[in-house]
Amino acid sequence: MDKRKETGVQRETGRNTAGDPFVTAVLQSLRTNMREYTMVVLLVGIWLVFTYLTSGMFIEPRNLSNLFLQSVSVAVLAVGMVLVIVAGHIDLSVGSLVGLMGAIAGYLQVNMNMGTVPVIIITLAAGILVGIWQGYWIAYRGVSAFIVTLAGMMVFRGLVIRVTGGATISPMNHSFKEIGQGYLPKLISTSPINDSSALLGLAVIGLYVFWQIRLRKNRVKYGFEVPDRKLFGLRLAVTSLVIAFVFGIMTDYMGIPYAVLILMALTVLFNFVAEKTVFGRHIYAIGGNKEAARFSGINIRRTTMLLFIIMGALTAVSGIIFTARLNAAGASAGNLFELDAIAAAIIGGASTMGGEGSVYGAIIGALVMASIDNGLSLMNADASLQYAAKGLILLFAVWVDIASRKRAA
Amino acid sequence: MDRIQSDYVLEMVGIKKEFAGVKALEDVNLRVKWGEVHALVGENGAGKSTLMKILSGMYPAGEYEGRIFIRGAEQSFRSLKDSEKTGMAIIFQELTLVKQMTVSENIFLGNEIARRGIVDWNNTYELTKRALREVRLELNPSTKVKNLGIGQQQLVEIAKAISKNAEILILDEPTAALTETESANLLQIVLELKKKGVTCIYISHKLSEVLQIADTITVLRDGRTIATESAENMSENKIISLMVGRELTQRFPRREHVPGPVILKVKDLTVHDPDVPDKVALRGISFEARQGEILGVAGLMGAGRTELATSIFGTYGRGISGEIFLDGKKLKPGTPREAIKSGLGYVSEDRKNNGLVLMMDIKNNVMLASYESVTKLKVINQNEVIRHSNHFVSSLRIKTPTLEQRVQNLSGGNQQKVVLSKWLMTNPKVLIMDEPTRGIDVGAKYEIYHIMNDLVKQRVSIIMISSELPEILGMSDRIIVMHEGRIVAEMAASEATQEKIMSYATGGMKRG
Repeated sequence: MDKRKETGVQRETGRNTAGDPFVTAVLQSLRTNMREYTMVVLLVGIWLVFTYLTSGMFIEPRNLSNLFLQSVSVAVLAVGMVLVIVAGHIDLSVGSLVGLMGAIAGYLQVNMNMGTVPVIIITLAAGILVGIWQGYWIAYRGVSAFIVTLAGMMVFRGLVIRVTGGATISPMNHSFKEIGQGYLPKLISTSPINDSSALLGLAVIGLYVFWQIRLRKNRVKYGFEVPDRKLFGLRLAVTSLVIAFVFGIMTDYMGIPYAVLILMALTVLFNFVAEKTVFGRHIYAIGGNKEAARFSGINIRRTTMLLFIIMGALTAVSGIIFTARLNAAGASAGNLFELDAIAAAIIGGASTMGGEGSVYGAIIGALVMASIDNGLSLMNADASLQYAAKGLILLFAVWVDIASRKRAA
Repeated sequence: MDRIQSDYVLEMVGIKKEFAGVKALEDVNLRVKWGEVHALVGENGAGKSTLMKILSGMYPAGEYEGRIFIRGAEQSFRSLKDSEKTGMAIIFQELTLVKQMTVSENIFLGNEIARRGIVDWNNTYELTKRALREVRLELNPSTKVKNLGIGQQQLVEIAKAISKNAEILILDEPTAALTETESANLLQIVLELKKKGVTCIYISHKLSEVLQIADTITVLRDGRTIATESAENMSENKIISLMVGRELTQRFPRREHVPGPVILKVKDLTVHDPDVPDKVALRGISFEARQGEILGVAGLMGAGRTELATSIFGTYGRGISGEIFLDGKKLKPGTPREAIKSGLGYVSEDRKNNGLVLMMDIKNNVMLASYESVTKLKVINQNEVIRHSNHFVSSLRIKTPTLEQRVQNLSGGNQQKVVLSKWLMTNPKVLIMDEPTRGIDVGAKYEIYHIMNDLVKQRVSIIMISSELPEILGMSDRIIVMHEGRIVAEMAASEATQEKIMSYATGGMKRG
């Protein structure tokens, strides 16, 4: 509050346009969250470039809706990966595991004629089991995550080839396929747009606004200072617009894909876990300063174990969605996904040294990666170009981060 | 260049150095004669290490005031390399060997004997053997350094200096980590080098050693040279009084405490060094701490005070024997979580590495050890977090614009208050404070003392480890003194004097 006054004074003496306290507050809020906004700006910039290069094809609802759907498998992995990286670890095995989970699901359904629900349950259990296996070596046997998951990367790829016999397993049942390809059905079949998706979007906005107002009221009840009414309103409006935009695009096309819905739920859930639970806070503390965490009585082993179990479960989700979208499980499924997921987390602000990163950031990072893939393939560009572009964007994003940090220090 | 004909091989004149407004050296003069062993003594924080860092070029010319002369010629070193060129070699407290490399590789690190970039190993081994002979070390030159004991590593460091033809050798606390035999051996080697014409600056807390080998002794106190005298005219008592001889001013808000019943009881605790399995870090430690008192733990660097604190807390040691009771409950060794749950807190001497997560904000650091106390169904109540953090920010007067400030942007004093808040948040019964006022300014120190007094009033038992004798005398109710991993004395604060503590701490007076 003092600070705000100070900047206001400086503005006046600096003969700038007189400091409107509201504008100053907005600017300050922007400045403190710069890191997140930089990546949003990067994403929007990439979209604009591709829109220009594809003469508008990129920005059409049909394409954006597909882009979201394509990004889901990697984005689900990025949600877990960012937590793993925050804790100071890495997981190189997720690509092979997506393949393995898909192969298990495919084998159970196609070769053993199992229904969709049991297949999902068994695949999730397999993911958790793998998480226990890797978590055990990392947390209780002290082998570095890099080594354990590098070993996992090879072992699981081997298992994929074994389970699939090197061939493609397909087709999946209709109900299973729907997870990766289906859209939320219309309530009234004759309505011109996907009414259920529109309603869901409105409901999400409503819930969000309600929740924020409740939080604010609670703060006031505790006697804390809250951001000024106008600023609060602006924040609500901007976020609501973003939600409306995302839902709007998909409503305009065919509605919200189930897969995107799952991703949204996981994102909100894990952002909550990271920010508001003891487990989440301990992950940040361990990654930020392991010694300080130990000296604060944090159970590092148990936290690490749980983290890798969660990562295992998320690879199962990702594997199921990926297999459902392709309607097939193959020996090379999930190849190099680990690199996309790691890049997504880091583009989204995770520090390779641990201790920093956010789930929302990782989602933005995953969208950046998917946008490059999508945009370049719209332009019929060579696959080699996609790899090169993604690599350079990763390098650029990390450099922007380092440079902006230096300026702040 | 003005060459001064002088008796001195090395002169430092009028050295002044400040760290962010805090004066570390105010007016230091050091004159070392050709070929002598010159001892530099002083309390922790008197400025010895800072002085040596200036001398060796680690603090480059321009960052300090004053002049340095080597063999009469004025020098302005910009780096360690510059000072080495004048035939000076410094061996720091923390050894700087690359543990994964061999003895020869270490000795010739940066000075590899090579022709067109290809190392001549035969010659290297030959020269290594010669250098090792000088320090009487019978070693295979291709032994890896990590397989050597601390004493041997120290000698390898000296051999490295000799191989560079060092004429001025600076040893900073070389025997702090050594056993008695190793120390005796090292002293002998220093004397042999002296016979060969090497000048040696010897920094040590162990006054008996100093008197044994030094020709001249310089005493530093509070960043000033207090005396430079021939060793013949010195005695341990005289050195001690020169080291501590300052007035005890009203820097401590002394209050009468009324000690209650015993809350922490340590019985016959023996702990081994986790890195050097054969080394006993603590031997047969027994003591008690009472509710509502401050127990001061005095001793010199390497006496085992931090090891004692962290052994009780559960983050240090192997091969632990003995018993620790907190409030009647036996503590399991090696479990800081259990210790914290039973009511023990440990404010580390190393707040940046063990106390804080520097990149996290104030409120998350405050809650670090006690999130569980503000959760419902595993979900943290953010409002409670803010409420508690606000409480500590105002009651401990932490200066910060917001609770979201990262602690790395706070001053040392405010960082220390955040660490204190973290432990107060756990409602400790016993709070061990290891160097609670190290590296913080006088005003913040005074505030920390007030907080300690308030805690004692609330019946908390405080165990305060400190290297500053005035702080020990000014704040404690009872004092225990440690020396080489043992408790060598226990006294009421009213009976204690700086001289008495210092003589126990330097191993001068044996118990009983």
